[in-house]
Amino acid sequence: MSTSMQTRRGFLKTVALAGGGLALGFQMTGCSSKSINRSNDRQLMPNAFVQITPDNTITFYMPRAEMGQGILDGLTTIIAEELDVSPQAITVVHAGVDKAYGNPEYVIQATGGSNSIKAHYQGLREAGATAKAMLLAAAAQDLGLNVSELTTKSGSITAQGKTYSYGEFALSAGMFAIPEQVQLKDSKDFSVIGKNSIRVDISDKVVGAAVFGIDIEFDGLYRAALKRCPVIGGTVKSFDAGDVKNRRGVKSVVEIFNGIAVVADTYWQAKTALQEIAVEWDLPELAQINSSDVKQQYQQALDEDDGKQWLVQGDEKTPFENLPQIIEAEYSAPYLAHATMEPMNCTVKIDGDKCDIWVPTQSPDVAQGVAAFYCNVAKENIAVHSTLIGGGFGRRANQDYVAEAVSIAMASQLPVQLVWSREDDMQHDYYRPATMVRYKAGLDAKGKLQSLYSKAVGPNLMPYMMDSSMKAFVPDFVPDGMVNWMGKRGFDLYGNWLMDEASVEGLYEDYEMPNKEVRHITVDPGLRVGYWRSVGHSFSGFFKESFVDELVYATGQDPVQFRLDHTQENPRLNGVIKAVAELANWQQPREGRFLGIAAHKSFHSFVAEIAEVSVEAGKLVVHKVYCAVDCGVVINPDTVVAQMEGGIIFGMTAALYGNITLKDGMVEQTNFHNYQMVRMPESPAIEVVIVASEEKPTGVGEISVPPIAPAIANAIFVATGERLRELPLKLA
Amino acid sequence: MIEFYLNGKAVQADVTGDTPLLWVVRDEFKLKGSKFGCGMGMCGACSMHLDGESIRTCIMPISAVAGKQVTSIEGLGQSDLLHVVQAAWRDINVPQCGYCQSGQIMSAAALLANNTAPSDADIDAAMSGNICRCGTYPRIKQAIHNAAKQMNSDVAYFDPQAKAGGPL
Repeated sequence: MSTSMQTRRGFLKTVALAGGGLALGFQMTGCSSKSINRSNDRQLMPNAFVQITPDNTITFYMPRAEMGQGILDGLTTIIAEELDVSPQAITVVHAGVDKAYGNPEYVIQATGGSNSIKAHYQGLREAGATAKAMLLAAAAQDLGLNVSELTTKSGSITAQGKTYSYGEFALSAGMFAIPEQVQLKDSKDFSVIGKNSIRVDISDKVVGAAVFGIDIEFDGLYRAALKRCPVIGGTVKSFDAGDVKNRRGVKSVVEIFNGIAVVADTYWQAKTALQEIAVEWDLPELAQINSSDVKQQYQQALDEDDGKQWLVQGDEKTPFENLPQIIEAEYSAPYLAHATMEPMNCTVKIDGDKCDIWVPTQSPDVAQGVAAFYCNVAKENIAVHSTLIGGGFGRRANQDYVAEAVSIAMASQLPVQLVWSREDDMQHDYYRPATMVRYKAGLDAKGKLQSLYSKAVGPNLMPYMMDSSMKAFVPDFVPDGMVNWMGKRGFDLYGNWLMDEASVEGLYEDYEMPNKEVRHITVDPGLRVGYWRSVGHSFSGFFKESFVDELVYATGQDPVQFRLDHTQENPRLNGVIKAVAELANWQQPREGRFLGIAAHKSFHSFVAEIAEVSVEAGKLVVHKVYCAVDCGVVINPDTVVAQMEGGIIFGMTAALYGNITLKDGMVEQTNFHNYQMVRMPESPAIEVVIVASEEKPTGVGEISVPPIAPAIANAIFVATGERLRELPLKLA
Repeated sequence: MIEFYLNGKAVQADVTGDTPLLWVVRDEFKLKGSKFGCGMGMCGACSMHLDGESIRTCIMPISAVAGKQVTSIEGLGQSDLLHVVQAAWRDINVPQCGYCQSGQIMSAAALLANNTAPSDADIDAAMSGNICRCGTYPRIKQAIHNAAKQMNSDVAYFDPQAKAGGPL
């Protein structure tokens, strides 16, 4: 049984192919910016996303960014399934900038929020099924048969014992109108969705052939290194370049909006020359701030301010009256850097009124807009070539490195590749916000949770996003000064009027109780902040799941049973808690090892984790992590498992080590010796179970991060009796 | 002018002696498989083999490489002729973003060249200099065990490096 579906009016359209063939694109409403995609030298592809040419080349214009999460394979698999081809047989091309490639759930062409599969699942199935239906109709016409006499398999059509490639009907198919209705497969007929496979992007990645932004190379390309103010936001007061210009390989020394850049033949020449340049800086306000001030500001706010109300539910006036058990606790989490393995970089070539940009970015359209702001080229003449990304984690949602690279290319009049050092990367990030929360909970005599009060404090993400993205969206005629002023309005808006969901998400949602109140106080110490894998959940998961564990032990209950009891109306969260407890054999004591559990919903998916730890002579070892996940329909199960593993280890780095601190406004951490990562020896064994589901597919890339810190902290409590309420976790 | 062997071929680099091997290979010879990660030998993304040993090339001055044999990921195997370690990596989908994996593979290949049956502890020790921010460590460990098993099996495996004068 397959599902018949009505194509959404105007959702798909055929796109004229100069060389002939079938190309399906998104139907645009309004005007779209000019295209930069060229399917090959002869053909201009305005906004197609699946294209079949007579030579049987099947091309998928991948609208999202691949940064390790497996979306290149995932989206290709979805198209392949309905089109009846092997994912390996599809040529995948990163889409350029076009409204057609916008994220269906966002206004911009962004990859983030773990929504790529969720947002594209239906649309790409429809596209694949539509293309197949048109090929079948064309084949029926060309062969003088009925469609019912044809079958499709592995990119070919079989009729009366003869097999034809799709390409043979591509020309005819391109002439057909898009069918009003197409059949989508029933899930039991899936041949690639839900099956383990070798990811389509793996082969290049094991031979060093995968092209990241830093690998872009062409004749006449120079390398640039940039010296910025050690305190983010500072500007050049004066500088002395000495005789740096005479050094071997150095082509240019230029001042841009935030520093001094050297352009040279090679990176090493640029980097070493830069060290010879002395710069005096005008320091920003942030230079007054130290980490101890941040904590003091937060605590004072929690003492003196009630902030803004995000949610109130149930008894607003006396939620804690007559409850025999009242428990209060304060939790905190620090600023964190993303530390992607590939440092920020961007390659720019400006040629008259045209500009090409090669960049590993999570938002190519914002990159285009930012570039237009910093050079004299109109947005539609700026081609953004997305590359593979050597780790995103939210860092590459910001385009500051694009602004810098374009500025250097403008000032030097040279094609340049700007490469950040690790120190640049660590000290000029958009950091995960430092946040604190005060919780108060009330339980009845039976140990059932009745009331929760949550008051958090910290900066908001949204104003920083607005500030850094405004340049991309304001029309060219608006003066730059006005654009900058507009970008800053977010700080007033979110400081005084609006609330940023990212500041409170995950603090309160998961467990059932009659009364809840959630408040947030905006205190922004001034260090710029951004999206960091799992965003607000990255700290709220730790706060909520640690606090719930406190309630459990204070009332003499079992951590698994308590969570099951309080998720009766939430079967999917309940389901993963049950599944992970079974996987870990929760009730089974083990010699010298201790278990802690945490469960958290984020990005519409459900994850529960159990950490198995030992603490001996003050040394914590995480031996094993068990994980259960429910993310709806699974495209590539092995990718889901890989994301659970990776997120757990990413989250472990934050749980055990991550801590960005400020001294006179400068980030003190510079490289991996003082911003430590979990390495192979500390990495635990990880076992993952996927809870089978027919629900729509939901997020995977971020969801295993939130539960790991609390699972470890909760296990430490069992091992030592010590309740750690601050990240990173430090044993007494 | 510094002379050394890159992936089996004699090469010359006209750079200052302090230039790290990584940047010579990337910027002069345009081989982009070895990556820049930290510039202080802390992350291993730049790992290559120097006379068979896995080293951090971002802090290895080219002057120290004169006359020696350097193997980068490009010299280990090719897409159609994978080294046993690369095949093991592919078969269980080790890479995520993939940026650190050239370095991981080089370190693993050097380990297995000296120890064809490494224990978990041996692997921890040999791989502790290579950071993976995506967190692929459990799979790296498994892939190394799988490669070791493959090397020790009766089925002969093909080591492209054994071939004289590998590709540049």
